[in-house]
Amino acid sequence: MSLMRQYKFEIGCLVALVLAFTMTQMGLNRFVFFAGFAVLQYAMIATAWNILGGYAGYINFGTAGFLGIGSYTAIALINYSDASIVEQIIAGGVVAGLLGLGIGYFTLRLKGVYFAIATLALAIVVETIVNNWDFVGGAAGVSILPARNPELLGVLVVHKKLGVFSNYKEFLFFLMAALTIMSVWIARTIEKGKLGRGLNAIKDNEEAAECMGVPTLKLKLITTTISGGLMGMAGAVFPSYLTFVDPPTAFNLEFAVNSLAMPMIGGTFTWLGPILGAVLLGTVQQVAIVTISSELNLLILGLLLVIFVIAAPHGFLGWFMKKNKR
Amino acid sequence: MSEVLLNIENVTKTFGGFTALSKVSAAVKKGERFGLIGPNGSGKTTLINCISGMLQNNGGSIIFDGKDLKGLQPHQRTKRGIARTFQIPRPFHSMTVIQNLQIPLEFVSSSGTSQKNISEEAMSILEVMSMEDKAHHETSGLTQIELRKLELARAIAVKPKLLVSDEAMAGLTGNEVDEVLEILVKLNEDGMTIIMIEHIMRAVMQFSHRIICLDAGQKIADGLPEVIVKDPAVERAYLGV
Ligand SMILES: Nc1ncnc2c1ncn2[C@@H]1O[C@H](COP(=O)(O)OP(=O)(O)O)[C@@H](O)[C@H]1O
Ligand SMILES: [Mg+2]
Repeated sequence: MSLMRQYKFEIGCLVALVLAFTMTQMGLNRFVFFAGFAVLQYAMIATAWNILGGYAGYINFGTAGFLGIGSYTAIALINYSDASIVEQIIAGGVVAGLLGLGIGYFTLRLKGVYFAIATLALAIVVETIVNNWDFVGGAAGVSILPARNPELLGVLVVHKKLGVFSNYKEFLFFLMAALTIMSVWIARTIEKGKLGRGLNAIKDNEEAAECMGVPTLKLKLITTTISGGLMGMAGAVFPSYLTFVDPPTAFNLEFAVNSLAMPMIGGTFTWLGPILGAVLLGTVQQVAIVTISSELNLLILGLLLVIFVIAAPHGFLGWFMKKNKR
Repeated sequence: MSEVLLNIENVTKTFGGFTALSKVSAAVKKGERFGLIGPNGSGKTTLINCISGMLQNNGGSIIFDGKDLKGLQPHQRTKRGIARTFQIPRPFHSMTVIQNLQIPLEFVSSSGTSQKNISEEAMSILEVMSMEDKAHHETSGLTQIELRKLELARAIAVKPKLLVSDEAMAGLTGNEVDEVLEILVKLNEDGMTIIMIEHIMRAVMQFSHRIICLDAGQKIADGLPEVIVKDPAVERAYLGV
């Protein structure tokens, strides 16, 4: 019984995973998985962003760069080999994680707005490189043909009748759910542990943290690596999901804005915040795109962000907890 | 009592063309209560920053416990036993008072022990500071003296060999100054070496075994408190003549 209480969160993760799997087996409309994938991917990106931005207070404007490099690592692998999607995800995570490590290393002396600008610059640099790299499609973009009837470890994954999933959208939805759950678990483990407490000290006052024995550089490097790596993994699934990728899509500014707006609106101090923000904003945006226009989408996002920053600076969760305390 | 714990040798620090410290030397002995005085802008905090590693000195060397500190990051110096307070308190503002102490406990002095042990340790430090009733308060609601005491408590939580207190008493009333003094004397009696930077002459004179005085980045006096008060150079520096 106490074991169950101790692993309550992990059990919750498993239940969520089973739920996601069950959804794929119910023959639901494809749009559910299409939209569901988008929301899940945003939840994962927002969670990854929040590990650095929320816990450590380092604002990353370069989300698109990490996502994009994940996507293009997957594309390069697809062009170069017959790597499975799982291998693409791992590769995307490793490359983006290394990029995160590098960015962490070269910008470690930059604080506040300077760090944010550096990450924005990074996204632009990566996009420029990809734009001029014909092997992955260059500026014209590239079409991806998902492998027909793919197998993983000898199991037929996608097949109309015989596969675990009857179509690709369902499979990718499940994959994204698994990745998102993994990211949330990682974020929460960090938050509840020594690393999270060290990052919080850094956020509050980096110099005081350092003088109180917190190895700030090391913790920041671990964090930029994990955060970047998770973003890269989320990006690596993108080509298979979109089947056509070009730089404006993979490096879309909307990712940068959303990855920051979602945690801020949900609440940056805990793992639940980014999820809440992703579900809220993700849904609002999906509806807005369908009912109003995709151009107004960013405007709505911007307005919501401004409203929250002014009215509820600790996000929805912060506002909610404060209200309940009274 | 005679063994040197901290040896500052010809330490120089420049900011661009400005020399904030010029060949400052001093030796702090184990168990000593060491006073550091000097007018505003004389380089006291800069010297502390060089000792704690927040600044790297351009010249000279700082030897602590027999080892040169050159190139060590602040957190590495903290692990070797140097703790400091900040002139303007820098609490971890998103944490409660007790959580503030848990950071140095978890990362330095009680590293690797259980969370329960760490919070017990933190509580016992708060008791020494008579702040146990504030343990679970946010730092934003603390008064000036409470903030100063938290700053000290957090440094004590490092369980340092050397505690450097940078104007821990600025802005406190007479009674509050006595309260902090009492705590520092107690810590010293338990074996901690303490460098006290202070503007309040009464406090630093009463506290220190020995005092040095900085003026415009140079050491102008070094001696017993009763000698320092009568030193004409110190008088000149303070009166600005
Ligand atoms: N980071 C810095 N950059 C430039 N000048 C500095 C810096 N830190 C301190 N100074 C200058 O060095 C001198 C000594 O400052 P400080 O050590 O803070 O004096 P004190 O603590 O004795 O009042 C002052 O003139 C101050 O302006
Ligand atoms: Mg000072």
